[in-house]
Amino acid sequence: MKNTPLTDIHINLGAKMAEFAGYNMPISYAGIKEEHLTVRSGVGVFDVSHMGEFILKGKNATRLIQNITTNDVSTLEPGHVQYTCMPNGNGGIVDDLLIYRLPNDGLAEDEQAYLLVVNASNIEKDWNWISQHNHLDVEMINTSDNTGLLAIQGPKAAEALQSLTDIKLNEVKYYTFLKGTFAGIPDTIISATGYTGAGGFEIYVSNDHLVQLWNTVFEAGKDYGIQPIGLGARDTLRLEMGFCLYGNDIDDTTSPIEAGLGWITKLNKGEFIDCELYKSQKENGTARKLVGFKLDDRRVPRHGYLITDADGNKIGEVTSGTQSPSLGYPIGMGYVQKEFSKADTPIFIDFNGKRLQAAVTKLPFYKES
Amino acid sequence: MTFPAELKYTQEHEWIRIEGDFAFIGITEFAQSELGDIVYVEVETVGEVVNSGDVFGTIEAVKTTSDLFMPITGEVLELNEAISEAGGDDPALINSDPYGEGWIIKVKISDKSEIDGLLDADAYAALVN
Repeated sequence: MKNTPLTDIHINLGAKMAEFAGYNMPISYAGIKEEHLTVRSGVGVFDVSHMGEFILKGKNATRLIQNITTNDVSTLEPGHVQYTCMPNGNGGIVDDLLIYRLPNDGLAEDEQAYLLVVNASNIEKDWNWISQHNHLDVEMINTSDNTGLLAIQGPKAAEALQSLTDIKLNEVKYYTFLKGTFAGIPDTIISATGYTGAGGFEIYVSNDHLVQLWNTVFEAGKDYGIQPIGLGARDTLRLEMGFCLYGNDIDDTTSPIEAGLGWITKLNKGEFIDCELYKSQKENGTARKLVGFKLDDRRVPRHGYLITDADGNKIGEVTSGTQSPSLGYPIGMGYVQKEFSKADTPIFIDFNGKRLQAAVTKLPFYKES
Repeated sequence: MTFPAELKYTQEHEWIRIEGDFAFIGITEFAQSELGDIVYVEVETVGEVVNSGDVFGTIEAVKTTSDLFMPITGEVLELNEAISEAGGDDPALINSDPYGEGWIIKVKISDKSEIDGLLDADAYAALVN
């Protein structure tokens, strides 16, 4: 099992640790509920250094990425970030990822450079997949093992971190980033992104600066009640927003169209892997759709539970579920046959033979009040 | 972590406190800590005799779901009102006070000889450490 440079710090803080994607990661510190609410109302810090990072650079970097991803990367300007996914040639998803268009400094006029941030569990698979499609001599660098990443999330994030940089953090727009000095560390990527819906930043540094970054961030955030947050709350926060988790809600067998990711699937951008298939799915509809649902009960739906109609006939399967810490009731996502996918449609979750009623719900579950 | 000496324990991380022909059953400090924030306890076996090792209820935490197993055969007499939906509805008591306010059910023991098959505090502590 791999460690991040912060593993010892997590253990000393009393975190409950567990293996995730081959890394020894903190699942929770003070408890998932408390950590979750800290991020919704204040500011919290996640060590997400397990995430993978690739740099793609060269004359044909844009062309390569345009072919292997669903979103339109040709519209992405330096300093901007895009959420996208990679189709697997059979309509499924290799991975979902963020693409950073890096600044042009140091590049020849006809070159482009990108940072791709991928799921930890898919680093090797993604690397092989991209390499296999790299017929255009794009330079590829896997920096995953040397990149540390903190997600500092919550409505107080900008204020809590402002003393660490000259960059005006509240002016960094959502899904944009800057490179600069942060916490005394040069060449840091300060990105207004995250997986919580609570606002905040993701800060990329080299691994040897990660402990310094962690300590400085906690010192700066002390007066704002900054707390460490584990992967448990990361999951409940993303689920309240209806964000997909690779391996749960999307995988090699699900298409972005049926997963509600049509908004990152730009069918008119020109040729890309699986574009014809997605066009036909968009035109004709898909047999199943990923929906959010809430339960009228106290039992909590979990990945793999069956979804049925009122008579107990299987109409789908739960992909994610939890008790929503913000809302106080059970929520989940799952694929259902399309005739059951409209908001407010009654569906039933099978708890080991016991059927409990749920209702299809528009996403996100949680909206800022 | 504490494992009170006056209680008996199971491999499934329940504790049982024997009081004559009756007993109180809950989950151990180790179990609550593994589960994390507990949000609901469902016990639909009140009034039934449940055999040792069988499921008497289900516990829902934010992160996971876990079955509750009967340490010894007995009739389930009541679900702790303080944690039940119909009563105080405060299942977090199992997190904050697993051996006290956070007890789960009271039972009438069917066969006291089964008590000998349970773990004592030292044996249980050795199991989880």
